[in-house]
Amino acid sequence: MSAGPTDHSRSLIPTLAVASLVVVILACSLGETPMALSKVVASLFGAGDATSRTILWSIRLPRALAAWIVGASLGLSGGAMQGLLRNPLAEPGVLGVSVTASLGAVIAIYYGFSASFAPALQIGAVVGALLATALIAFAAQRVRDMVGLILIGVGLSSLAGALLSLLMNLAPNPFTLNDMVSWLMGSVANRSLADIGLSGPIIAAGALILLMTRRGLSALTLGEEAAYGLGLDLTRTRVLVAIGCGLATGGSVALAGAIGFVGIVTPHLVRPLVGSDPGRALVPSALAAGVLLVLADIGARLVPSDNELKLGVVAALVGAPIFLWIAARRSAQGKAQ
Amino acid sequence: MSLPLLSLQKAVVRRGQKEVLKGLSLDLYPGELVGLLGPNGSGKTTAARSLLGLVALSSGSALIGADPVASLSATARARRVAYLPQSRPVAWPIAVHEAIALGRFAYGGQTGRLSGLDQAAVDEAVEACDLQQLLGRDITTLSGGEAARVHVARALAAKAPALIADEPTAALDPLHQWTIMQVLARQAGRGSGILTVVHDVTLAVQFCTRVVVIKDGECLASGPPAEVLTPDLLAKAYGIDARWTCDADGSALVVHGPAAQGA
Repeated sequence: MSAGPTDHSRSLIPTLAVASLVVVILACSLGETPMALSKVVASLFGAGDATSRTILWSIRLPRALAAWIVGASLGLSGGAMQGLLRNPLAEPGVLGVSVTASLGAVIAIYYGFSASFAPALQIGAVVGALLATALIAFAAQRVRDMVGLILIGVGLSSLAGALLSLLMNLAPNPFTLNDMVSWLMGSVANRSLADIGLSGPIIAAGALILLMTRRGLSALTLGEEAAYGLGLDLTRTRVLVAIGCGLATGGSVALAGAIGFVGIVTPHLVRPLVGSDPGRALVPSALAAGVLLVLADIGARLVPSDNELKLGVVAALVGAPIFLWIAARRSAQGKAQ
Repeated sequence: MSLPLLSLQKAVVRRGQKEVLKGLSLDLYPGELVGLLGPNGSGKTTAARSLLGLVALSSGSALIGADPVASLSATARARRVAYLPQSRPVAWPIAVHEAIALGRFAYGGQTGRLSGLDQAAVDEAVEACDLQQLLGRDITTLSGGEAARVHVARALAAKAPALIADEPTAALDPLHQWTIMQVLARQAGRGSGILTVVHDVTLAVQFCTRVVVIKDGECLASGPPAEVLTPDLLAKAYGIDARWTCDADGSALVVHGPAAQGA
């Protein structure tokens, strides 16, 4: 019996893991003052001069790690959401978690919490993400089918989006509004290891939960009724994916703001390499998205411009054309049949 | 007789004001290929789905062996009854062999992690449905008939003692209809109990060991197809004026038109 796609996926995960390591080291080496790769590696292991170690450990490494973690969590969540909803257009924020997390952060800016206590912004986003996750998980237990869940997610998105616009509308001064807009564009600049320490465990918990749903997502390929017949507990799968995506996506929004397109595009890039199985696509999708976002962030830092480019903007600029290309290829294949 | 594999006992299902099943009772024993017949909207699919626990009963019971279906875990249920639903939407272009391997889901099997037992079950299902040539194909590029065989193989790969197949022959050409029914009949011959919703009365007579005819959520008749499916009963069930034409090779139903009023 042919096992073609599995052979690919076996070398795919190690390859992407090595690529992740390489781009993170590369990101640490590149910058306004380039650092030789040997120096980066030496500083990582505590050797080298004090300046290099400081630049590495307090600036470049946290930034590169944050980009990788955010990318990976979005790639994983996007893959899981597309698998659960059996829809190639699903993205991590489709159930409203991203916008609600953003709302939490904007509330922290609006009331000036973040001005007096910097982590308040991230904490606000985490609280928003957790509330949205709890609500969606509760809904996932009650809805009759996935469409019901999507509708509730769209409703939550719209409501949180409206409140977010309201706060921007009522912003007391241009600086506050500027802070809000700037945060919403998404960035991993000036992140510290402490920031990662706050969002990291939440993202990790979400990622572990999503990885538990892999086989269920594969079974859903044949439709919800057939998956039920195969012995899949549909409600449990819905709840787990809702919680996992909520934590992983919400945690990443708290760390970097809203970063689009990585979560929707990456699963499409890796799926052909794993025989299109949505379960087996999860880990490669996470790793590939991590690599992509670190590369996008290197781009954001290196492109010369007056204001440093925001990662969310660069990710969308790169991601949207890839998305169009995938969509065009998909419809061309459809015609060929 | 021994314990049935599946049974509905006085099952009542309400949807809004309407009673979709009005105290329907139904059994499936090992070795049987039972055809569930009746006009559109008579409750065939609801009966099949309530046996699987997909539809909640207002009263009565749906049993797998002696256990109420709702008392079983998803995995335990799937190991005792496989299910081939009426609509079979495939979300991603997976390979045929992967789709069939998903049949081993309840045993932890899946492509890349099939135990010897899983692999044997998959191979047997592939053989039964004559799919050796299609294993590497993308399932979304198959013809309707080929896809139907893959879905049947996926259901057989579970090796559950019972199988519920909802219109496995819908929208297929005569050869594929025959092939699918032949596969199901053979499987029943090996001791499985199969309950299948069918619309083709001629196929039911040819292959089923027993038919259950339902109308408006009630059982009209149950028994060997040749005895049960008389012109009178067909007039009552479907509202058709139909006759059997028989020769040495079998019988076929010819429908002459709607039944005369009061038939």
